Amino acid sequence: MAQEQKSLIARFFSYRESAIFLALILLMISVTIFAPNFISGSNLYLVSRQISFVAIVGFGELFVILTGGIDLSVGSIMGLSGVISALAMAGQQPIWLSVLLGLFTGLACGLLNGVLISYVRIAPFIVTLGMQSFARGVILIITKGWPVTNIPKPFLIVGQEDFLALPIPLWVTIFLGVIAHFVLSKTTFGRRTYAIGGNEQATFLSGINVKKIKVFLYMISGFMAAVVGIILVARFNSAQADTGTGWELDAIAAAVIGGTSLSGGSGSILGVIIGAAIMGVIRNGLVLMRVSAYWQTAVIGVIIVLAAVLDRIKNK
Amino acid sequence: MAEPLLQLKKICKSFPGVKALDEVDFSIQEGEVVGLLGENGAGKSTLVKIISGVYMPDSGDMIWYGNRFSLKSIMDAQEKGIAIIFQELNNCPNLSALENLFLGREIRSKTGVVNFRAMKKKAEEIFSYLDVQIPLTTPVGKLSVALQQMVEIGKALLTKAKLIIMDEPTSSLTDKESRKLFQIIKELKAKNISVIFISHKLEEVFDVTDRIIVLRDGRRVGELETRSATRDSLVSLMVGREIQSFFSSRSKTAGTEVLLKVENFSGPPNVSGVNFELHRGEILGFAGLIGAGRTELALLLFGAEQKTSGRMFLQGKEVHIRSPWQAIEHGIAYLSEDRKIKSLILPMTVQENITMSIHSALSGFFGVLNKKKEREIADSFVRLLEIKTSGLDQVVNNLSGGNQQKVVIAKWLATTPSILILDEPTRGIDVHAKAEIHKLITDLADKGTSIILISSELPEIVALSDRVLVMHEGRVCRVLDKAEISQENIMGAVFSG
Repeated sequence: MAQEQKSLIARFFSYRESAIFLALILLMISVTIFAPNFISGSNLYLVSRQISFVAIVGFGELFVILTGGIDLSVGSIMGLSGVISALAMAGQQPIWLSVLLGLFTGLACGLLNGVLISYVRIAPFIVTLGMQSFARGVILIITKGWPVTNIPKPFLIVGQEDFLALPIPLWVTIFLGVIAHFVLSKTTFGRRTYAIGGNEQATFLSGINVKKIKVFLYMISGFMAAVVGIILVARFNSAQADTGTGWELDAIAAAVIGGTSLSGGSGSILGVIIGAAIMGVIRNGLVLMRVSAYWQTAVIGVIIVLAAVLDRIKNK
Repeated sequence: MAEPLLQLKKICKSFPGVKALDEVDFSIQEGEVVGLLGENGAGKSTLVKIISGVYMPDSGDMIWYGNRFSLKSIMDAQEKGIAIIFQELNNCPNLSALENLFLGREIRSKTGVVNFRAMKKKAEEIFSYLDVQIPLTTPVGKLSVALQQMVEIGKALLTKAKLIIMDEPTSSLTDKESRKLFQIIKELKAKNISVIFISHKLEEVFDVTDRIIVLRDGRRVGELETRSATRDSLVSLMVGREIQSFFSSRSKTAGTEVLLKVENFSGPPNVSGVNFELHRGEILGFAGLIGAGRTELALLLFGAEQKTSGRMFLQGKEVHIRSPWQAIEHGIAYLSEDRKIKSLILPMTVQENITMSIHSALSGFFGVLNKKKEREIADSFVRLLEIKTSGLDQVVNNLSGGNQQKVVIAKWLATTPSILILDEPTRGIDVHAKAEIHKLITDLADKGTSIILISSELPEIVALSDRVLVMHEGRVCRVLDKAEISQENIMGAVFSG
C-alpha cells in the first residue's frame, strides 16, 4: 500500500506541470486564509470566467511560442474581431454569420502574420508588432473610437449565462483546451510543431513543410484571439475600441508561468491553463485583500520572472 | 626528465549516473605534443574540460610547474596559460577576426577608447607568425572553419598560452588545411608551447604527436611513445579487443542499371554543370575539398536548395524536385553532415527522431499518429542498428555521438529510400561505431540501395566506393573507376582540379 502511494506521488511529479499545479493550490489556500470569501461560489465563478478568457488567448500564443515564435498582435486581433462581429450584428445580420465573420477576421490576420513570417522571412516580433498597431488602427478607423452597441439579446447568453452552473466561457475553454491538447499530443501537426521549436533546420531537412505549418500556427493564434474577442462583445453588451489592449502580455505570461520555453520546443495546454489560473487568482486575491490595483501589475511582473527563474533552476 | 609543465594525479569526475573519469593520471612536458585517444564517451572531453577549468574534478591533484593548483573557471585557466580550442568553435560569428582576437582584451588608449590601430598591428604580427592570410574586418562567421581555427590559435598566442588544447581540430578541415594546422603545431612546439591533441583520425595522431595516451571508459588504459606505437596496438587499446578489419569491403559488385541520371546541374553557391549517373546498388564516392560543392550539390538533389538549371531522371523518367518532402516521396534520403544542427531534434526522444520523416505513413484521419505502430517501427530500428539507449523515450541529446548518428540513419532507413545520400556519415564518432556504420553502408548497397557517399576521410571513400567522383570548385573534375581508386589518385585529382 505504502509503495503504491509512493509510486503515485512519483508519477505526479513526473509531469512537468505538477510543480506549478502545487503552487496554484498553495496560492489558493493562502488567499483563502487572508480573504475567506475567495472560496465562495460567486467569487470562484467570476474568477473562472476571467481565467477562461486569458487561457483561450494563451492557447493560441502557446502554439506560436512552441516553434520559437511570438504573437504580439493577439490583443488587437481580439478587438478587431469583436468589432467586426458586433457591427455585423448591429447591422441586423444573423448571429451565426456575424460570429463567422469575426472568426474569419482573426484567421485572416493570422494568415497575414504567418505569410509574412514564413515566406517573406520577417521576424515574428516585427510582423506581429506591426499587426498589433495596424489592427488597432483599423478598429479606430471603423469605430472612430465609439463603442459598437445594439447587440441582439440572444447573443448575450454566450458571455453572461451559465450551463450546468458553470459560465459558458469556461465551457468554451474546456472545449478548445481539449481539442488543442489533442492536436498537440496526438497528431502529426502537434509533433511537427514541437519539432520546429526543437530544431527548425533539422525539421525542414527531415522533409517537413515548416513554412506551411508556421502559417497555420499564426492562424490558430488569430482564431483563438477572435473567439475571446467575440465572447467579450456578449459579456459587455458592446464592442469597445480598446478591448484586448495589453492582452498579448497576459497571454504570453500565462504560457511562461505555465512552463512554456520562449525558445520553443516545450510547453503544454495544461500549463497555460494553470498559468492563467495563477495570474487570475493573484489578481482576485489582491482585490479581495483590498490591495491597491497598482500593486497587482507589479506582483504579476514578479510572478512572471519568478516562474522563469524556477524553470531555470529545475532544468539545471 | 625535466619537471612536467602539467601533471594530473588520480583525477576522478562523476556525472549523475556515470563515472566519467576514474583515477586518471596525465602529464605533459614543455614543448610536448600529447595525443589523447579514445572512443566517444571514453572521457577525453571531460579530461580536457577539467584541464581548461570548465569542470572541477571530484578528487585528485593538479600540478602546474611543481605547484598544486585548482581552476574555478576558463578565465582562471587562461590566466595560468591554458587555452582550449573547442570542436564547436567558440567565437562571435558576427564580429570581425580582429574583434574576436581581442575580445575582452581590447587594447585601449588613455581615454578608454579602443585603439584599433594598435590592435591591428598586433593581429598582423600574430597572423604573419602563423603564416596565414586572414581578412581582419570580415565577420569570422564568413571565414572557412580552418581560418576561424587560426583566429582561435591566434587568441591563444595573444594570451601567451603555455598549453593549447585542441579538441578534434581537424574534424571539419580538408586534408590541405589539416596539414597547415600540423605545420603550425610544430612551430608552437618549437616555441616551447605544449599541445594536447584530440582526434579520431589515427594518421594525424601519428603525424603530430610525441606521445599518445589512450582512455577507455573513463580509465587510462595505455601510454605509448608515438615512435613505437602501431595502428593496431592503438585501436585494440581503444576498443579493448582486436578489430579484424578496420574497413569492411564490398562482397558484391554494383549493378549496371542506371537509377539516377543528373544532367548539367547548377545552383548556389558554386555548383555548375554537374553530370553523373548512379547505378542501382552502387556506392558512389564524392571526394573533394570543403567548399568543392559536394554538400551543396547534395542539397540541390534533395530539393533543400533550388537549382538554377539542370535535369534529373529517375529510372529514365524526368522528375522535378523542389523540396525535401518531394525528394523523400521519390525515394531520396539525405543524411546531413552536421547531426546536431541539421539532423536531430536534440530535445526529442529516440522514437520521435526516428519517425520524423514517416509521419504520413503513421497517421490516419485528421493526422492522428498511430503511436503503437510508431513504437514498433522505432523499436525495430533500435534493434537492427544496435542503438545503445536506455529506451525509446530517451532524449537523443543524452546519447553518444555514434548512437546519435545511428538514430539519424534509422530515420532515413525508415523512409525506405532507393537513393541514400550520406554526407560525412562517420564524422566525430568512435572507431567501433564507425566500423558498424561502414558495414551497414555496404550491406545496404548489397541489398540494392544506391548510395552517394560524401566524405572528407579518404580511407573511407577508398574502402567503400565502387566509383569515385572528384569535385573541384563546383565541378566534377574526375571520375575514377573501381580499379583506379586509390588515395594517391584521388588526392592528385583533388589538388590538380
